[in-house]
Amino acid sequence: MIESVPDTIEKLQEGLLKKNYSCVELVDYYLNRIKKYDSSLNSFLTISEDSAYSQAKKMDKVLNGGSFSLSEYPLLGVVVSFKDLFLTKGIRTTAGSKVLQSYVPPYSSTVVMKLLSAGAIMIGKTNCDAWAHGASGENSDYGPTKNPWNKKYVPGGSSSGAAVSVSSDFSFVALGTDTGGSVRQPASFTNLVGLKPTYGLVSRYGVVAMASSLDTIGHFTKTVEDSRRILAVTGGIDNYDSTLCGEKGEKIGEKIKIGIPKEYFGEGLDLEVREIILKAIEILKKKGIAFKEVSLPHTEYAVPVYYVIQPAEVSSNLSRYDGVRYGNDRDSFGSEARRRIMLGTYVLSEGYRDAYYLKAMKVRKKISDDFDHVFVDVDAILCPTAPTPAFKLGEKANDPLKMYLADIYTASASLAGIPGLSIPAGFTKDKRPVGMQLLGKRFNENKLFDIGEMFQKLTNYHLEKPVI
Amino acid sequence: MLKKYRPVIGLEVHVELGTRTKMFCSCSANHFLAEPNTNVCPICMGLPGAMPYANKKGIMATIKAGLAFGCEINSFSKFDRKHYYYPDLPKGYQISQYELPICKNGYFDLKESDSKSKKIRIRRIHLEEDTGKLVHRTLEGRKVSLIDYNRSGVPLLEMVTEPDFESANEVDLFLREVQLAVRYLDISGANMEQGSMRLEANVSLCKEEDVFDLKKGIYPDYKVELKNINSFRFLKKALEFEFERQAEILSRNEKVVQETRGFDEVKAVTFSQRVKEEAQDYRYFPEPDIPLLTITVDIVEQVQKSLPELPSQRRERLMKDYFLSSNYTELLVSDLKRAEYFEQAVILAKEKDIEINKVVGAMINQNLDIKFSEPAGLIKYLLEIKNKAFVSADEVVASIDVVIHENQQAVLDYQSGKEQILGFLIGQVQRKLKGKGEASLVSEKIKEKLKS
Repeated sequence: MIESVPDTIEKLQEGLLKKNYSCVELVDYYLNRIKKYDSSLNSFLTISEDSAYSQAKKMDKVLNGGSFSLSEYPLLGVVVSFKDLFLTKGIRTTAGSKVLQSYVPPYSSTVVMKLLSAGAIMIGKTNCDAWAHGASGENSDYGPTKNPWNKKYVPGGSSSGAAVSVSSDFSFVALGTDTGGSVRQPASFTNLVGLKPTYGLVSRYGVVAMASSLDTIGHFTKTVEDSRRILAVTGGIDNYDSTLCGEKGEKIGEKIKIGIPKEYFGEGLDLEVREIILKAIEILKKKGIAFKEVSLPHTEYAVPVYYVIQPAEVSSNLSRYDGVRYGNDRDSFGSEARRRIMLGTYVLSEGYRDAYYLKAMKVRKKISDDFDHVFVDVDAILCPTAPTPAFKLGEKANDPLKMYLADIYTASASLAGIPGLSIPAGFTKDKRPVGMQLLGKRFNENKLFDIGEMFQKLTNYHLEKPVI
Repeated sequence: MLKKYRPVIGLEVHVELGTRTKMFCSCSANHFLAEPNTNVCPICMGLPGAMPYANKKGIMATIKAGLAFGCEINSFSKFDRKHYYYPDLPKGYQISQYELPICKNGYFDLKESDSKSKKIRIRRIHLEEDTGKLVHRTLEGRKVSLIDYNRSGVPLLEMVTEPDFESANEVDLFLREVQLAVRYLDISGANMEQGSMRLEANVSLCKEEDVFDLKKGIYPDYKVELKNINSFRFLKKALEFEFERQAEILSRNEKVVQETRGFDEVKAVTFSQRVKEEAQDYRYFPEPDIPLLTITVDIVEQVQKSLPELPSQRRERLMKDYFLSSNYTELLVSDLKRAEYFEQAVILAKEKDIEINKVVGAMINQNLDIKFSEPAGLIKYLLEIKNKAFVSADEVVASIDVVIHENQQAVLDYQSGKEQILGFLIGQVQRKLKGKGEASLVSEKIKEKLKS
């Protein structure tokens, strides 16, 4: 029995090639941990044991066959969990909602297929806020997920189970979705690297839609290096998602310059988080990176704009669950989904559409322009991922407005469609993880990875693990 | 009664495009007579996570239609979501076009006669997806409604006219022209029976004294929608019924209810289907899953160049080039297959030096285009006739005289009622003429002789 798994995909695959362990043994290892620890964390909704073993056996065959190259199977042996928004053929997919409680899809999403054909092994489907509505995981119809760093706290959301599955070593990596911060914020709360890619880089086909103009397919890893490896597999055109474009980013120059947006360090930012971010900046400065204060003047409108556009699209995307198919009525929607359906229906209604939806679309353009102006001068922006570390279960559950403010530093990038990378940046005194966020120009994920890798070479935060 | 009022009619015409695949997925678009739910996939069934991928051919066909009807083509166009709940609409919204249709501001010259023509303004032509179909059945003693998604996602072109029609005849003429035009454009079979062409009309009546307002764009304050009518003839009847019905209500100084009405084919009356108290709120917003469409000048020019000859152009050409009467022209042009047959036959006829009016005559008077499925066959036949240099009428008469003299018994038999003898006598004549007697002439002359 394996006792621990290496930290990076590169080392994991070295072990496989040296036959230190097999893919089947890796699956044993993770399943064992899930069985042992997940009952208190509730990160999985479905364990796909059978398909995990059959894929593991297949990959072991490839390994033992000898004649293969890792460029053919770049994720060989990487055990992955999928947020329960990713359709998986023959395996139940609930979106965290009772509406789809017994839904078994007849097809798999593009990203699932890409990962499996790259040699990854699916271990199961993770818990999340129903329909990805939430920032704490508490809106799941299947009970909240707990933060492994302290079970009294939320792991963040909506990709709550995805984050916990990686930070608790229930899977090597996890796929999630980020519409307004749903990968970056839980990554920050659980000491992980979380990527929200550029809108239009990773196919959304076969992933239950929340807000289609904002949804992105992101992932959780322990290292920036692995985040880059996963994106290399998930990104690219698939002829199913027509919002994808094959654009490529620029190479980072010798002299790196990072912008610090003053609007992200004002009122509402937790003092400990602030200290941790400032310290991270100092660490990078020592490496010769230049920092400059920049301004994103429309930042204060991001959350209000986001909470007009997003519910509008939610109300539309949830129309298909009309009670005719899928076995459950619209009564099965939870209160947060109902709230968003009503809000969205209202802002799109005749007579209100101009004042709300169209106005919000105009401000969205301004927010996006803010970033374009700043990126003329800097390679990336550095700021906190979330205004606070993980908060207590129940603390914000009954106050939707408070919960919505958890998106304050992540919503802008979603509205602008730019990439964001959350990286472990330190811990509060009571050992709650804190993440810093790097934002970049569209399709310039590589610049963020370069800076992130530099940071992880200088720090060890990402190597720390929770005691479950 | 109608003298006091003038009908004001606008049309919405839906035409299913004959693309090979559906508008937003790669399923076959052919749903007619297909086994239910066999041409379906996650996209056209609106399954969770499925996304539309626009069919370029559908967009090109719409541009084609727009250019044929004199429309401006929007350089930026987009798809929008139109929300409403109905079991045959699997996503809870239909992908359609709202603010930026592909085509706008077109017109059509409606020729009512050689001297009278009228401009019908076309407000817009846009592209959308068709819905599934509900099938109501009794299964194991239970009344059930079943859903067939084969039609879901089939590309549907919608043409909306301004309310420029003032009679049922104009409407009828226009619709036949639209049907013919889309067939000429090869973008749809526009078949009423199969539902690939569907009609809706908005009808209201304008008081005679207010007719002047129409020109200023001031229309009656109500309109009745006629829907679900599946033939040109029934629409015409429904319109005529509506004129009478509405005139009668208005003459009593009452208001006509704004509603949707259907047509009872048996009783030949319209009946109320749904009263619209307020406009339905479709909550339109841009379809985020499909990027903006950019239609460049190059694309428009390319489509313009590829436009085939339209029915009106063909009419003009046939009359001008071949001096055909408008009657004959219409018979040829109004049936695309026949028109194409004629064009091919003309080319061959010219090669063989056969007169065009012989070709037209053979087709229209003798329906020989049905007998000869290929134009080449018809021409071969016409050529055979032409090559037989017939003997003169005098020679025919001379030969008949000889035959009658030589076959007196047969002549007597014929005259006493044995008419079948005639064939024998004609045969004798042709023998003498070595087959060079024109059949109709021989038969005519011999009958004359035998009578006397």
